[in-house]
Amino acid sequence: MPLAKRIIPCLDVENGRVVKGVKFLDIRDAGDPVEVARRYNEQGADEITFLDITASHEGRETTVHTVEKIAEQVFIPLTVGGGIREVNDVRVMLNAGADKVSINTAAIFRPELVREAADRFGSQCIVVAIDAKKVSLPGELDRWEIFTHGGRKPTGLDAVEWAVKMAQFGAGEILLTSMDQDGVKSGYDLGVTRAISDAVPIPVIASGGVGNLQHLVDGVVGGGADAVLAASIFHFGEYSVPQAKQYMRERGVEVRL
Amino acid sequence: MTASVAVIDYGMGNLHSVASALQHADPSVKVNVSADPAVIRAADRVVFPGVGAIRDCMAEIHRLGVGDMLREAMASKPVLGICVGMQAMLDHSQENDGVDCLGLFSGEVKFFGNDLHDAAGQRLKVPHMGWNNVQQDRAHPLWANIPDGERFYFVHSYYADCADEAHAFGNCDYGVKFTAAIGRDNVFAVQFHPEKSHTAGLRLLHNFLQWDGQI
Repeated sequence: MPLAKRIIPCLDVENGRVVKGVKFLDIRDAGDPVEVARRYNEQGADEITFLDITASHEGRETTVHTVEKIAEQVFIPLTVGGGIREVNDVRVMLNAGADKVSINTAAIFRPELVREAADRFGSQCIVVAIDAKKVSLPGELDRWEIFTHGGRKPTGLDAVEWAVKMAQFGAGEILLTSMDQDGVKSGYDLGVTRAISDAVPIPVIASGGVGNLQHLVDGVVGGGADAVLAASIFHFGEYSVPQAKQYMRERGVEVRL
Repeated sequence: MTASVAVIDYGMGNLHSVASALQHADPSVKVNVSADPAVIRAADRVVFPGVGAIRDCMAEIHRLGVGDMLREAMASKPVLGICVGMQAMLDHSQENDGVDCLGLFSGEVKFFGNDLHDAAGQRLKVPHMGWNNVQQDRAHPLWANIPDGERFYFVHSYYADCADEAHAFGNCDYGVKFTAAIGRDNVFAVQFHPEKSHTAGLRLLHNFLQWDGQI
């Protein structure tokens, strides 16, 4: 039996609470992150991703404590992202108990950060997060660009080229959020997921827009992703992790049951 | 007297998750994370973890005299190596243009390569990251109550190729069949992360904390 495709519930955390926005807006409260993480651990999630969307400095102190509490009770890998700007931020999160740290905007401003962090802590713990949006017009060759600030600011960077570069700089994994879909529940953008999965030698996590279990299957089968990430379908009790795994297995996807 | 376990801390990565998983596996055990030879010597059991690049790991191992601590522990009590800790126990690693390791077990650490495929011809990503099946080569007290073929969490780009079949206790397949667990007398070491492998991992740590060092 081969390596299992991973199911990763994602906790978007703001000021110590799990929230989930639709298109990064319209926030709904989904509970205490430690409780939520423990629930997914018990349900058999393969990893947990914790994205800190808190803006304030005080809020970020809270995040470190929350990560510490989760790491004490959850014995599956934990990725922490959001607001990682320098090598020291990576160190703080790893020391708090994160197994991997996800770098997003800071890598765009200073790609060397990825190289420095990978040299210092090892590629296995450096995830580069990419927020990609389709910019080609109908009839044109598909092209996806990287956006920042919740999808409002274009960067001019080609998403596929950027992913390749980040892998060369030492990223151990790519967390790809296809933004047209985020929170809209119409599924991952399979085009960009497939393009990046094929282009990089490292694992790719598909993220953004999951509304039902078929979307998870599509991310793996159509998108070629090594792992699938979802938030709201799990948070609000629509589906449990075991249901998702059962569904995927019935459709021929190798999962850990 | 309370049983104790020392986790050797040579500055490579965060060891809190190893420590908290050991504590969770046996709430009565005293867990010490330390590089102090006196603490390692006083412990009933020793865990030798490792994360990151082998060159940096070996540099710290030499600087802090961890090899001697480990040899001394191996002479008298149960020892568990994890991930790069297991790799450091072998003769040599191909990582970082070739690094000599501790030579406590014979074998070589090799790169998965950039052109890895499964039996069906599907390209495999490196690092090998995620939950894969571990086939038990033979019985061992640390495998107690863990089904043969159970999945454990791996994350590594280099794999161990144990040269002595008598020391191989588990294997895994990722484009190439590699050594997932080695052992000899009172020493056991695994490529995967038991501290991140949920129920099966906690079971293995629990077994280690109960182990008298006999096979």
